[in-house]
Amino acid sequence: MVAFGMAERLTRKDVDRIATLARLELGEAEKDLFVRQLTEVLAYADQIQAIDTTEVPPTSHVLSRILVDRADEPQPGLTNAEALANAPDPSPQTGLFRVPRVIG
Amino acid sequence: MSDVSFKTARDIRDAVSSGRVSAVEVVQAALSRIESTNPALNAFLSVAGERALDRAKVVDRDQRTAPLAGVPVAIKDNICTSGIATTAASRMLKDFVPPYDATVVKRLEAAGAIVMGKTNCDEFAMGSSTENSAFGPSKNPWNPEYISGGSSGGSAVAVAAGMTPLALGSDTGGSIRQPASLCGIAGLKPTYGRVSRYGLIAFASSLDQIGPFARTAYDAALALSVLAGPDPHDATAAREAVPDYTAALTGDIRGLRLGVPRRMLEQGVDESVRGCFYHALEVFRSRGAELVDIDLPHAKYAIATYYIVATAEASSNLARFDGVRYGYRAPGVRNVKEMYEQSRSQGFGPEVKRRIMLGTYVLSAGYYDAYYLKAQRVRTLVRRDYEQAFRKVDAVVMPTSPTPAFKIGERVEDPLQLYLTDIFTVSANLAGLPALSVPCGLTPNRLPIGLQMTGKPFDEPMLLRIGDSYERDTNWWKEGPG
Repeated sequence: MVAFGMAERLTRKDVDRIATLARLELGEAEKDLFVRQLTEVLAYADQIQAIDTTEVPPTSHVLSRILVDRADEPQPGLTNAEALANAPDPSPQTGLFRVPRVIG
Repeated sequence: MSDVSFKTARDIRDAVSSGRVSAVEVVQAALSRIESTNPALNAFLSVAGERALDRAKVVDRDQRTAPLAGVPVAIKDNICTSGIATTAASRMLKDFVPPYDATVVKRLEAAGAIVMGKTNCDEFAMGSSTENSAFGPSKNPWNPEYISGGSSGGSAVAVAAGMTPLALGSDTGGSIRQPASLCGIAGLKPTYGRVSRYGLIAFASSLDQIGPFARTAYDAALALSVLAGPDPHDATAAREAVPDYTAALTGDIRGLRLGVPRRMLEQGVDESVRGCFYHALEVFRSRGAELVDIDLPHAKYAIATYYIVATAEASSNLARFDGVRYGYRAPGVRNVKEMYEQSRSQGFGPEVKRRIMLGTYVLSAGYYDAYYLKAQRVRTLVRRDYEQAFRKVDAVVMPTSPTPAFKIGERVEDPLQLYLTDIFTVSANLAGLPALSVPCGLTPNRLPIGLQMTGKPFDEPMLLRIGDSYERDTNWWKEGPG
């Protein structure tokens, strides 16, 4: 666990790690730019560390109730052709999305 | 009524309903206005002319008494339209044609409105100027060297330049209100949950809300009456009763208490904005409202909180763009990992990548508690500030944007500086509250300035009443870019 009140400078290694997590392939210039810009934004964001939030519950959404309950009944959905219509590499014969090699 | 440019939705609807003009004539006039003005302003990314004319024929035949009969609307390009490309102004979705309509589009069409096309915005609604669009910025009709505001800039320009009387935008941190302010029109962000988000391309799901741009508070009320309501496709769409919002526009604001967070105006607010704002307060006072000083002690942390919460949610929402089911896929990839990484890297623009990176960081192991969880706790404090204020006042008034529009290109190098301009708008999203911007003045070189009212949850009638009463006493809403 990293301590509060960080405002430390982001490193190239951090940017590499985040890019890997986010599945982004960044160029060298882009990495340098993000090191600087993300450091600036995080330094600004760090001001919230100074606020006492003891006993303050987090807000993940503002609704007083979420209406998750409904009858579990089948509804019409997209046809296979509609679902494939925007795919970069559809396989209409099999009705599947085709992707490159997954293993190896 | 041959010239429908700059007419209100109400006037057009009345003219169509009474048979003084046909919906087809209205649509033809709107199409010709779009054709003559759009090339210089880049408000529309696509115009659905034939579809609009076909719809107009249906309205003339079957829907002449509908609440928005024959009213042309522009739809922000992050809202799905069946059969019309929906790009979110991103290379990622350049060729995406949705197989379904967003609920708001269905509701508009059921009410007789006519979709004219799709409007430009910041890529995936991330930005405050439309400069992050993959298809170039929209220009401010008051001065095309200036930004339109954003992210829903194209929709604001469409209305401000007389192309359509109504438009839809989405507002995650000010993306309806700020461009409305900078383009001199009305823009309403409804209460979170008031309008279904089904078919809105998600940016930050706990903050996003769809709402209307209009020339007047009355037209915004008319539109909201059509847009609001529950939706089986969106579990967060509220079941609260939907009133006729136009019925709230009595012009009577006597005895209403308007909260003014004066401390927020002390720094970083342009002199012309401050001047117009204080003048607007006098207009309210002379109509019988009472001004009450209030404090929103955590408002100064709202931007920091917002950019943690919004980017965290964005990084999660945008994980779906992986080159498999829809959207861009990079050519020449050897395996799935390369497909993910290269498709995302080539498909997303710089601001989207920046926010995904930031969001991924604040959610990552070791930083989640310090940033994301902490920000959610501060979000609670921001909400409580408003709850406290609403014990004393009926609505909170402040400027919409601390500055008028700036020049295109002026701030692209410094994302943080651009984020800071959201100071007056983000807290309504964090707290889920409704907020309305109406025009309240012009700078000496004729750039519009907006006035914002924020209300209690589901108290849009109050905001619209205040906005409408302000319009009755002022002529700013009648000003056009000329």
